[in-house]
Amino acid sequence: MNKQKEPLFSKKNMKLITGPIGADNPITVLCLGVCSALAVTVKVEPAIIMAISVIVVTAFSNLIISLIRNTIPDRIRIIVQLVIVATLVIIVDQILKAYSPAVSKQLSVFVGLIITNCIIMGRIEAFALGNKPWPSFLDGIGNGLGYGIILIIVAFVREVLGAGTITIPGMGEFSVIPAAVYDAGYSDNGLMLLSPMALLVIGVIIWIQRSRNKNLIEHN
Amino acid sequence: MEKSNTYIFIYSVALVVLVATVLSVTAFSLKEKQQANTRNEKMQDILMSININVDAKDAEQHYNSHITETFIVKANGEILPYILKKEGKVVDTIRAFDIDMKSLYDMPLSERTHPVFKAVKNDTTYTIIPLRGRGLWGPLWGYISFYDDANTISGAVFDHQGETPGLGAEINKPRFSNQFKNKQIFNDVKEFTSVQVVKGASANSPHHVDGISGGTITSVGVNDMIDTCLSGYVKYLESIK
Repeated sequence: MNKQKEPLFSKKNMKLITGPIGADNPITVLCLGVCSALAVTVKVEPAIIMAISVIVVTAFSNLIISLIRNTIPDRIRIIVQLVIVATLVIIVDQILKAYSPAVSKQLSVFVGLIITNCIIMGRIEAFALGNKPWPSFLDGIGNGLGYGIILIIVAFVREVLGAGTITIPGMGEFSVIPAAVYDAGYSDNGLMLLSPMALLVIGVIIWIQRSRNKNLIEHN
Repeated sequence: MEKSNTYIFIYSVALVVLVATVLSVTAFSLKEKQQANTRNEKMQDILMSININVDAKDAEQHYNSHITETFIVKANGEILPYILKKEGKVVDTIRAFDIDMKSLYDMPLSERTHPVFKAVKNDTTYTIIPLRGRGLWGPLWGYISFYDDANTISGAVFDHQGETPGLGAEINKPRFSNQFKNKQIFNDVKEFTSVQVVKGASANSPHHVDGISGGTITSVGVNDMIDTCLSGYVKYLESIK
């Protein structure tokens, strides 16, 4: 058998990373992980940390599940997946607590809630169970990135309109709306800080994405 | 693939044992660092209540140089002899510092051992009182410091475990806690009034601060926390006036 070894970053593998950022985006196209996208997008900083944490968890859970995919008994596979994901989430949470207590405090319950993030279980079921470890790992990173980018965009819009600031990890909070604008009668829109507005922002992103990429529009 | 019951059984047991080992090792190896973080954060918060803002890594040093004594008072005003100062230095910060505030407020009032921190900054003595209460999603805590008169607040700091970001979570922002400066907890006829957190409070009232819009339950939680916690110190504060 003349099995040709595929390069690590072949075109097909790169597609696993770039796909979820664009046309296969977990939030806007697959509609996975919308729940946490509503919850952690009030400020940019927690959105970024959340994005990183989700990337780590999706990547490694995909990798581990893919490595042991042939040993997992079919009947208990969901439980096995849950155990692996939960373990990774707890490890991420503990590491954040030890090395970045301030951020860990900000994210509070949301780190634990990564367990319930549909993207992770979704990618394990849809991809990792049927593919080799390396592509699974890349698929995890790609989906984490796709999730994270939407999270950061939504957080950016909400924080700027809702609080007039931008918070960046390690650098603190910046006011982005000049004082003169406030003097002229502008005031921050507190509504943007409430969860329903995140849904609205995601809706607008989906709208923009589908108007630019007609293939994504469903025809009934 | 279809596996036998024995395989499934052994597989799940092995998996759980493996995962449990990994988690215990992680938790154990990070425990020390996490505890140090918690201690530093507590010291930072205590210092913050007398308006000293320090980094986590300098917290212990500043804490030791500013906090002159820590002791415990009972609700009847009695001071328990845990004064830990020797030759101008704090030799033991364990007793008052390590009191578990959650279990403290589960006890009946007469049994509580309320911790008090005394601090000196620029030749002024401050009395710092820790607070513990309940918000919308989880516990709230804070520290409130008083000037010599044991009535006027010199500073306050609040924090929370899981209040809603942008709403209730705003209580840990200076914008909220700075409102407490120079408020008073006793009225003109020396009755304990606490400082009330209410919506639309006038900045001029000495006993009220403005609550947070959209964070009503958290604001009420802060209000109740200050009232409940300080009421245990009323006798003590009256005695040191």
